[in-house]
Amino acid sequence: MGFHWRWDFTWQILPRLLDATLNTLAAAGIGYGIALVLGLVFALAQRTPYRMLTVSVREAVEFVRSTPLVLQIFFFFYVGPQMGLRLSPWVSGMIAIGLHYASYLSEVYRGGLEAVPKGQWEAATALNLSTRDTYARIIIPQALPPALAGMGNYLVGIFKDTPMLSVIGVAELMHTANSIGSENYRYLEPYTLVGLIFLLISLPTAGLIRLFECWVRRKLGMR
Amino acid sequence: MSLWHFLQTFGPRLLDGTLVTVEQFFLAAVVAVAIAVAAGLMKLSRNLALKGVAVIYIEIFRGTSLLVQLYWIFFVLPLFGITLPKFAAGFMAVGMNLGAYGAELVRGAIQAVPRGQWEAAYALSMSPARRMRRIILPQALLIMLPPWGNLLIELLKGTALVALISVTDLMFQSKQINASTYLSAQSFGAALVIYYILARFLLTPAMRWLETTLRRRQERS
Repeated sequence: MGFHWRWDFTWQILPRLLDATLNTLAAAGIGYGIALVLGLVFALAQRTPYRMLTVSVREAVEFVRSTPLVLQIFFFFYVGPQMGLRLSPWVSGMIAIGLHYASYLSEVYRGGLEAVPKGQWEAATALNLSTRDTYARIIIPQALPPALAGMGNYLVGIFKDTPMLSVIGVAELMHTANSIGSENYRYLEPYTLVGLIFLLISLPTAGLIRLFECWVRRKLGMR
Repeated sequence: MSLWHFLQTFGPRLLDGTLVTVEQFFLAAVVAVAIAVAAGLMKLSRNLALKGVAVIYIEIFRGTSLLVQLYWIFFVLPLFGITLPKFAAGFMAVGMNLGAYGAELVRGAIQAVPRGQWEAAYALSMSPARRMRRIILPQALLIMLPPWGNLLIELLKGTALVALISVTDLMFQSKQINASTYLSAQSFGAALVIYYILARFLLTPAMRWLETTLRRRQERS
């Protein structure tokens, strides 16, 4: 075979790869959406006064964070049918990746929440605000800016972890490159193009996130 | 099949896999540390060529996925005349990927060493190499050890991907057991628990021990 880049082959497979890029972006977006919400639930659950709840959520987050995502993807995909619940690759993949990144994001939120000065809580109590209002109007708006950097890093992170979904047959970039490779016995172009597509998306995104972070900080009068 | 029976039957295979995972982990860690130190120092260098190489390396490996890099190294690199056996391709890919992240930790830690330390070494007319080795790096090491603990957990998790190029690690064995028995909860669950034990009860305490030992030794001298 040898090293010989074929441009005709490149143009032939590029549309298929770009199509799959949309699936990759969708997977990253949906997974991140789940992680944003679920992560907040995990972070807030660790601040409740119920010791049983805080300890078990803490341990669960620790467990999910320190075990491989690819194994968790297999787990959710295969354990469902064993329990009589068939999940499609997309659904089980989104659960696995959403849960994994929720555990990361909960740590980011936790750091942000802990950085809010105690006086803010006391002031909210003095003003007789409900717990809900205290969180929604006083605490979370202040906890968000310091958490933004971490949240942005994990957005790029989840995007780069979506190729793992190919192992259960989600038709994202890596999966498509694998099929192109095995159909044509050529791996040079598909794998290199996948790498380039990842680079072309993740580098500008990382830059945009930095800009967004600066903008939010300035808007909120922070530096 | 009860869990006890399952472990009696498949325990040895899971243990074999765990050993391969541990081997992959140590070899990948050596590669990652070597690359991180080299690329981290190069990125701080005043030589533009060295700096450029480091920046390009770091951006490429941090900008794409570990899985893409692993497949590229295993399937495409042979076309350039570099054929690595799967075991070597596995730990090289993981090490090169995490090394790029580690390089940023090395760079950050060196820059975090107080300015006075650089000036004092200069005043004692130490050569730049000697200053780096005797004064800056030991202090940078203490600064970067805690984030390296997290990075090594990521590295351990990263080694699970080598199963996808058929390295017979823990992940691979649990996949095989699942394929032959359909006992998914047991086989994947057992593997998850083993990874957790490795990360939380071996790796994390080891890093903490290393940190206190180094700190004590530096305070003594």
